[in-house]
Amino acid sequence: MSGADVTRVVEEAFREEWGRVVATLIRLTGDWDLAEECAQDAFAQAIARWPRDGVPRRPGAWLTTAARNRALDRLRRGTTEAARLRSVAAMPAGPDPEPVEEDVEEDVEEDHVPDDRLRLMFTCCHPALPLEAQVALTLRTLAGLTTAQIAAAFMVPETTMAQRLVRAKKKIRNAGIPYGVPPAHLLAERTAGVLGVLYVLFTEGYSASGGPSPARPELTAEAIRLARVLAGLMPGEPEAQGLLALMLLQDSRRVARFDAAGDIVTLEFQDRAQWDHDEIEEGLRLLDDALACRRPGPYQVQAAIAACHATALDPDDTDWPQIAGLYARLARLAPSPVVELNRAVAVAMADGPLAGLRLVDELRAGGALAGHHLLAATRADLLRRLGRTADAAQAYEEALALAPTDAERRYLARRRAETGGT
Amino acid sequence: MKYLLLICGEESVEVSPEQADPEPWIEETERRGVRLDGHRLCPVSDATTVRAGLVTQGPFAETKEQIGGFDIIECADLDEAIEIALKHPVASFGSIEVRPFWPE
Repeated sequence: MSGADVTRVVEEAFREEWGRVVATLIRLTGDWDLAEECAQDAFAQAIARWPRDGVPRRPGAWLTTAARNRALDRLRRGTTEAARLRSVAAMPAGPDPEPVEEDVEEDVEEDHVPDDRLRLMFTCCHPALPLEAQVALTLRTLAGLTTAQIAAAFMVPETTMAQRLVRAKKKIRNAGIPYGVPPAHLLAERTAGVLGVLYVLFTEGYSASGGPSPARPELTAEAIRLARVLAGLMPGEPEAQGLLALMLLQDSRRVARFDAAGDIVTLEFQDRAQWDHDEIEEGLRLLDDALACRRPGPYQVQAAIAACHATALDPDDTDWPQIAGLYARLARLAPSPVVELNRAVAVAMADGPLAGLRLVDELRAGGALAGHHLLAATRADLLRRLGRTADAAQAYEEALALAPTDAERRYLARRRAETGGT
Repeated sequence: MKYLLLICGEESVEVSPEQADPEPWIEETERRGVRLDGHRLCPVSDATTVRAGLVTQGPFAETKEQIGGFDIIECADLDEAIEIALKHPVASFGSIEVRPFWPE
């Protein structure tokens, strides 16, 4: 195997195994920093040894054992409590008391390393941690992104992000946030928290909340990867399958959402041949499996809405009454003004712009979306379709002033010009 | 009469270990037999609040709120502590800050 091939294999192993290695090491050592450092060492060892010795049959088990041995070594040299050392030394079946590197390979044959990633997810997404810390910690420990990469993704200075991670880990230790899957009476609520963090991650990648780039595909890819892990670890939780289905169905439009200049192409003008049909197929299959459990939830309903779009052959083929009904259902499951706004759009498509405008104006009077560019943009669009040009131009003006990204501002400016505004 | 002394200060203000050393004060108050119990608390960034059945991070949001009493509980972890706090009657109309002690 060439050096380039091995590098590729190690990179792949890093993406696939990092979270698992870190999760197991945290369980064994109780020390998040030590776990990350030892995981890093294990991957460095792999880069050095795999070209010479060949890629092990089970890279994940090899890496976990190597990281475990490294932790043992570090704990022995340090002045650590005996209890912690014992728990690390006793790790897999057939423990190897000596941290001899040559023994790594032999251990692998016997090892059955349990998957600790679910515990890690629940701990990273504990409601006692601030949401932005939950997201950062998930990206660092489960996805293996560096602090610099996470800082860049959320457009904060690296020192700010480093501090956020340090504080979160300190709080986990000081406040006694448990490392484990919560008991039955907390499971539903905490699962919703984990799903929420993964969806925040996805939406931040799907529509960046600011800056020059309208989307960050590296974040959506990580979100999908983690949602896939979660769906695999919680096979009896239809909302986990529903979230993965939702992400895949939305992500299938990734390429078609922007034109060559990076401008937004709305759903009705997208080239549907550019949609990722493998993702659509997988999303629809997952959604069917989830719905078969007969335990609906907000992610399954949102995935069902995305599925209506994904299966329409062209814009006119879209089942808007069905979508409006699904939004009404979503509004009951997870009430929010943004859901109401989307429902208004669907109602306008199903029953005409006037019916939609009535709902939008109710929302506007309520004030919950004041300062949100999508409320003004939706209103502008409905006014334009009703032929109320002057009102539409004014609403576009309002939306332009509030839009967070360049791509959205260009889109709105184009629409305003078409309406006859200046 | 008993009193609870809440030791407040700005966490951002740096003081020397000598200035912050409580030992002389503790020695004196204990020699006079007035100090029954006390402990350092972790910073407010390590606090959790339960309010109206919900869990949030951080300390009390409204500074208007006054601390009306305290309990010391010993639990396996934060989830158990939250469970106990949520059962307190005040959790339904006021709020309870769950603040960890520094380890001994």
